[in-house]
Amino acid sequence: MKDFAALFARIDESTKTNVKLAALADYLGRATPQDRLWTIALFTGRRPKRAVTATRLRQWAAEVARLPEWLFEDSYHVVGDLAETISLVLPAPREPRDQSLSHWIATVKALATLDEAARKSAVIAAWDSLATQERFLFNKLLTGGFRMGVSARLMTRALAISTGQDVAVLTHKLMGNWTPETTSWEALIEADDPTAVLSRPYPFYLAHPVENPADLGAPAGWHAERKWDGIRGQFIRRGGGHHIWSRSEELMTDRFPELAQLADFLPDGTVMDGEILAFAAGAPLGFNALQKRIGLKKVSAKALREAPVIFMAYDLLEAGGADLRQEPFDARRARLEAVLAEVPPDAPLRLSREVAFDSWAALAAVRHESRSHNVEGLMIKRRASPYLAGRRRGDWWKWKVDPLTVDAVMIYAQSGSGRRANLFTDFTFAVWHGDDLVPFAKAYSGLTDAEFREITAWVRRNTLQRFGPVRQVTPAHVFEIAFEGIQASSRHKSGVALRFPRMLRWRRDKPVAEANTLADLNEMLALYG
Amino acid sequence: MAGVLTFTDRGIYCPAGDFYIDPWRPVARALITHGHSDHARPGIGRYLATEGTAPVLRHRLGDDARIETIAYGETRRIGDADVSFHPAGHVPGSAQIRVAVAGEVWVASGDYKTVDDGLSEAFEPVRCHAFISECTFGLPIFKWTPQEQLAQQINGWWAANAAEGRASILGAYALGKAQRLMRTVDAGIGPLLTVTAVENTNAVLRAQGITLPGTQPITEDVSAKSHPGALIIATPGSTTQNWARRFPGAATAFASGWMTLRGVRRRRGIDRGFVVSDHADWAGLNAAIKATGAEKVFVTHGYTSAFQRWLCEQGHDAHVVSTDYSGDDGEDAT
Ligand SMILES: [Zn+2]
Ligand SMILES: [Zn+2]
Repeated sequence: MKDFAALFARIDESTKTNVKLAALADYLGRATPQDRLWTIALFTGRRPKRAVTATRLRQWAAEVARLPEWLFEDSYHVVGDLAETISLVLPAPREPRDQSLSHWIATVKALATLDEAARKSAVIAAWDSLATQERFLFNKLLTGGFRMGVSARLMTRALAISTGQDVAVLTHKLMGNWTPETTSWEALIEADDPTAVLSRPYPFYLAHPVENPADLGAPAGWHAERKWDGIRGQFIRRGGGHHIWSRSEELMTDRFPELAQLADFLPDGTVMDGEILAFAAGAPLGFNALQKRIGLKKVSAKALREAPVIFMAYDLLEAGGADLRQEPFDARRARLEAVLAEVPPDAPLRLSREVAFDSWAALAAVRHESRSHNVEGLMIKRRASPYLAGRRRGDWWKWKVDPLTVDAVMIYAQSGSGRRANLFTDFTFAVWHGDDLVPFAKAYSGLTDAEFREITAWVRRNTLQRFGPVRQVTPAHVFEIAFEGIQASSRHKSGVALRFPRMLRWRRDKPVAEANTLADLNEMLALYG
Repeated sequence: MAGVLTFTDRGIYCPAGDFYIDPWRPVARALITHGHSDHARPGIGRYLATEGTAPVLRHRLGDDARIETIAYGETRRIGDADVSFHPAGHVPGSAQIRVAVAGEVWVASGDYKTVDDGLSEAFEPVRCHAFISECTFGLPIFKWTPQEQLAQQINGWWAANAAEGRASILGAYALGKAQRLMRTVDAGIGPLLTVTAVENTNAVLRAQGITLPGTQPITEDVSAKSHPGALIIATPGSTTQNWARRFPGAATAFASGWMTLRGVRRRRGIDRGFVVSDHADWAGLNAAIKATGAEKVFVTHGYTSAFQRWLCEQGHDAHVVSTDYSGDDGEDAT
């Protein structure tokens, strides 16, 4: 675990990609096959299941550290990460031992078979043999929350360096539903032609935001369509079955049972790229409807009725079992249209229609009405482009609709967590309702570090009242709050809930009296809710 | 009972002696715990500080400032108050200020740390009835790396960078932390370079008799070529200045108590974070407060609400006091 912890530290603390890459490649070259396999699994999001509830871990850690639970919680708030908080408050290990990464993962897995008392003593014994950094990683494994600042792409590049294999081949090998329990280093990485590739998606091609599409050149070279506000996915029809993958490489086939019938209409060896949308009466229902449904462990009859989904297809990556990704977008698109023509019109599958335009100005007008169509804006794709892997600049662009904005008064402040633990960064904003300020949104991003430092100093001097970590401050500052959507909410005092609120700018020029009102918000709700 | 010390919007005030301790607004008379800018501000009529703090004060405030000095442990009568200064272990010359009025003793800690850094006069607990304690790092997540291990970490980092032909830039506050680090590292690994702000402070401290290893200021002609494998002690704001361009590819690190937190390390955008502070960690704060025997504790400067509640649960009569010291966010956060 020491080697793995050292690798983690090098990756975690470095901002330089080449340092991370070298550290990873170096580790992969030295570790045992089993540790290598687990490392790849962890770095690609295949982590062991949560073995102990967070509640128990907090209790046990507070107990071992001899802290009251509230103080543990206060510490947790500052650190912002449970695994890290525990690793910091525990006393130094009394019996340091260096065991392999695989050993500790096996330990975590074995916890599932133990009763609570045995589980507790096993966890405490582990804490007592691990140093702070290793403890942090062990806790991450325990809580099932292992994530690191390494993209799958970087991981794959490191693997390519240490194995001498091609990046694209490895990317494909690493996708899909494997875990270190169901495969081996040999089978997954070394073996030449894995036969169990039927379910594997292609790496997704991701778009870059564009500010001014006119910079892209003549409109004739570009295809435009709506930017759908759902879940990006690949629909895979192979080997007599079907699979649905999300962009985060999650297998979601069972989440969307109504899409199963599509397998009957699509020929074997078909892979489509598209968006899963909650959809009714010929129009998307908006992301809120879909989100409610994804939150459920099991899809209920009610959810199926209230938020039925469709697959909005926009690209064809495989046909007749052949990889089409090197063909130009226009050609893939034509083949997609041909495939969809064979599908009955009432099936939950649609073609993402082209938005024809002859000038960027005309396209801007279409973009402008996005919100009323429940879409996020436009996608602009180069007609001649192949389907690339990952986020590559140049061929696919997203042109999002401008956010909605209101001017609001800051009334509460709370210190941030994790990387902003020593600054006030989490603010509550209010709008006027008569002479009252009604809170309606929380936001914690959008200011520069210098602005956060300035507001922090101000908060400290202008605190009216404290409620635990929250400070009520003098209503004195107006901020422009941007958000992506608004909906009615009975859980909020203001009666509205915003989607992705953030601070767009600090309106030092605006007196508090000129902030927006609740009536303004209700008007937006009526228009866009 | 009116307190020996009271808390005003200008700073900590002693009515019996008509003076302030570390005020943040201009007043007639101030007792200064140490030379950091959030404790020693310009524009005050008369300053009183230890002999070890006075040179830095003079350097910062200029020759016109009226600065009187006092030795550690010496008692001076001001009005109806007896005041004395006692080592706080924070930076060279730093003091806790003891104020006694009619048999009642209050102590204002300023900033302090309980571990001996080998540079500052070691912290001495002072018995008192009421103790005003900083608690910049008043949460149990803060535990400082032992000095020996710290030396190993920094030297290991520096040596590895030097072996790769890279310079090492170590960020630290100019007064105290920088000199402490110079005395911690193994000067045999390579040349020790300093930015202007650090070198100016070095000069002040050397002039008052503090021994520091030899340092080379980064002048125009100093670069990665002229001083291969160097360790550069830099102030936090200075790494974007021109000199940094003469050390391309340098590894960067920061030395601060905040480096405990992974999130803060990542926000800094540096290669390494070393956990070292001139404030007390959780264990240090608790030990210091216990050693004063104080019935009343006032906490400032940091995680005050949590620390106050903790102290109350430990049986102290603890209160939060709002001050203007920037220790929990600004430059002292180094
Ligand atoms: Zn200080
Ligand atoms: Zn301070």
